[in-house]
Amino acid sequence: MKTIALSWRYLWSRPLGAALNLLLLSLGLASITFLLLVSFQLNRAFDKDLAGIDLVVGAKGSPMQLILCGVFHLDVPAGNIPLKAVQALQKNPMVASVIPLSLGDNLRGYRIVGSSPAYITHYGAVLAQGRMWDAPMQVVLGSIVAKKLGLQVGNTFIGSHGLGAGGHLHGDNPYLVVGILQASASVIDRLIVTDTASVWKVHEDYTAVDDADRSIMEAEREVTLALIQYKTPLAAMSFPRLVNTSTEMQAAAPALEISRLLHMLGIGTDVLRAFAAVLLLTAGLSVFIALWTAVRERRSDLALLRMLGAPPARIAALLMGEALWLGVMSAILGVAAGQGMGLLIGWMLQLDNSLLIGGLAWPLELLWVPALACGISLAAALLPALGAYRVSVLELLQSR
Amino acid sequence: MIQTSDLSYCYPGSAALHFADVEVAQGSVLLLSGPSGCGKSTWLALVAGLVTPAAGSLTVAGQPLAKLRGVAADAWRATTIGFLPQKLHLSAALTVTQNLAMAQWAAGQAQDLARIAATLQALGVAELGQRKPAQLSGGQAQRVALARAVLLKPKVILADEPTASLDDEAAAAAVGLLLQTAHQQGATLVIATHDARVAPLVPAGANGQAGYTALKLSRQTVAL
Repeated sequence: MKTIALSWRYLWSRPLGAALNLLLLSLGLASITFLLLVSFQLNRAFDKDLAGIDLVVGAKGSPMQLILCGVFHLDVPAGNIPLKAVQALQKNPMVASVIPLSLGDNLRGYRIVGSSPAYITHYGAVLAQGRMWDAPMQVVLGSIVAKKLGLQVGNTFIGSHGLGAGGHLHGDNPYLVVGILQASASVIDRLIVTDTASVWKVHEDYTAVDDADRSIMEAEREVTLALIQYKTPLAAMSFPRLVNTSTEMQAAAPALEISRLLHMLGIGTDVLRAFAAVLLLTAGLSVFIALWTAVRERRSDLALLRMLGAPPARIAALLMGEALWLGVMSAILGVAAGQGMGLLIGWMLQLDNSLLIGGLAWPLELLWVPALACGISLAAALLPALGAYRVSVLELLQSR
Repeated sequence: MIQTSDLSYCYPGSAALHFADVEVAQGSVLLLSGPSGCGKSTWLALVAGLVTPAAGSLTVAGQPLAKLRGVAADAWRATTIGFLPQKLHLSAALTVTQNLAMAQWAAGQAQDLARIAATLQALGVAELGQRKPAQLSGGQAQRVALARAVLLKPKVILADEPTASLDDEAAAAAVGLLLQTAHQQGATLVIATHDARVAPLVPAGANGQAGYTALKLSRQTVAL
C-alpha cells in the first residue's frame, strides 16, 4: 500500500473529526479566495474604465463625485459646465483629446449619455449589430442594456428625465436604436450612448417657449463633464491647477481619487482579511489538535509499524500525508466556495446595475490559496509528525 | 540462530542490565522467562535491533547486530524478525488484509495480495480478509496477528506473552499454532513469557531432552 493511500484511510478512520477540520479549513480558504477575487475584479474594472482618462473636468464640487459620476456612472453630477469652456480647454497645447459627456436622462435606470463617437472608440467597444448614429435622437446600446431591456435595432423608446427611473417622460422626442455594442467588460456595457446634440434637443424642445428663447439656449449650451487625455504626462503637474484656478470648473485626476477610494475601502478589506486570517489560524490549530490526538491514540499502532520495520521517516510521512490530504481537499473546496460567493455577488450586483464585479475569474494570485492550504496543514502536522518520528518501540514492548 | 555473549544494556541514568549468554540454533525454540521487570522487553528489543547493546556481542540470523544502525536496522528487522505483540495491535481502521499489507508497507515492499491471501490461508483464516479487527474473535485475532508476523517469511519469530489471559485450552492451541508455524517456516521461535503453562506444551526432542532452550532472567539488584 502506498503511504498516501494509507494516510487517506487513517484520515477517514475518524470521519467526523476529519469532516469538521475540512470544513474549518475550507471556510477560511473560501474567505481568502473571495477577497482575492473581489479585489482582483475591482482593480480590473477600475483599470479598464480608467484607461486613457487623465483628467475629468466638471462643475465645482467633490472631485470624488466627479470621478464616480463621469467615469463609473455610479454617482449623480454636481452640475453642468458651459460648452464654450470645454471647447477652450481643447485648444490648450497640453490636451490631446476631449470627450464631452452630457447626462440627464435615463431609460428604466440605464443612463442616456450624450457624447461623441470618440467615447465608444475610447473603450474599444465594437458594434455587434446595426451602425453608429449619424443624426441626433439615434442611440447605440451597451450590451447589458440591450439584453436587460430586450431592445432591438429599429426599436424606439422615450427617455425619462433624471438619472433614476420615474422622472418626467420626454414624450415628444423618441430615441431610435440604431446599433448594439458587443460586451466590452467596461462601463459602456451598461450605458445608452447618443450624440450630445440629442440631449440638447430633448431639453430645448421641452423648455423653450419660442424661437428667441431657443436661440439663447443654443448660445448657452452646456455639457455635464469632459474626459481629457494629455499629450504629455508632464501636463499632470500643471493642467489640473490651471483648470481649478483659472476657470469656474473643477478638475479631478481619476488615478488620485481612485487610490483615495481604495484606501478608504482598504480598511474594510483589511478587517475582512484579518477575519479570514483568524479563521485560517483556528483551522490550523484544529488540524494540529486532531493530528496530535491521533498520534497519542495511535501511539502503539505507530510503534508496531516501527517494530514491523518502518523507518521513523516513513511513520512521520504517514502523518504529513494526512495533513496534505486535508490541505488539498480544503483548497479545492475553498476555491469552489469562494468562486460560488463571487458568482452570487455578481448576480446580485448585476440586478443593481452597479460595478462590474463578481462572476468567475482566475487571477494568478489564486495560486496562493492551495499554497496557503498545504502550508497551514503541513505546519500543523509538523509537531505531531515529530512525535510520530520519535515513537518508542520499547514503550510498546513494556506496556503490559 | 541467536547467539549472545556478555550482553548488557544500559538505560540512561541507571545501572546496566546483564544478560546470560545464550545460543539457539536456527529453527529451534527459546523460552525467555522470568518475572516482570526482569528485562524481557529489553532483551527482545536488543534481538530485534531496536536498541544497541552497551557491551557484548549479539548475532541474530547470521547478522552481527553491533554494526547495524538506523534505517539499515529497520530494513533488516522488517525481513528478518516477525513480531507477535501481547496486545496484537491490529489497526482498527483497516481490514485484516490491509493490516497485513501494513507489514509490506513498513518493509517498503510493494503490496502483494496473493501472498497475503496465501499466508491467511496457511493460518486457517482465509475467509476473514475483509473483516475489521473488531469483528474477530480472540483466537481469530491472534491468528491474524501471527499471519502478519510471518508474512515476510522472517528467520526469527518473537512472541511476547502469547498465552496471557487465555484459558488452558486456548493457551495450548496458541502455543501449538506458534510451534507449527515456526516449524513450517523454519524460523527460530522466541517465546517471552512468565506463564508456567508454556514450557510443558513444547514437545520434547528426539532423545528425551527438553524441546527448547531456556533463558531464565531474574530481577537484578541495582548496584549503587
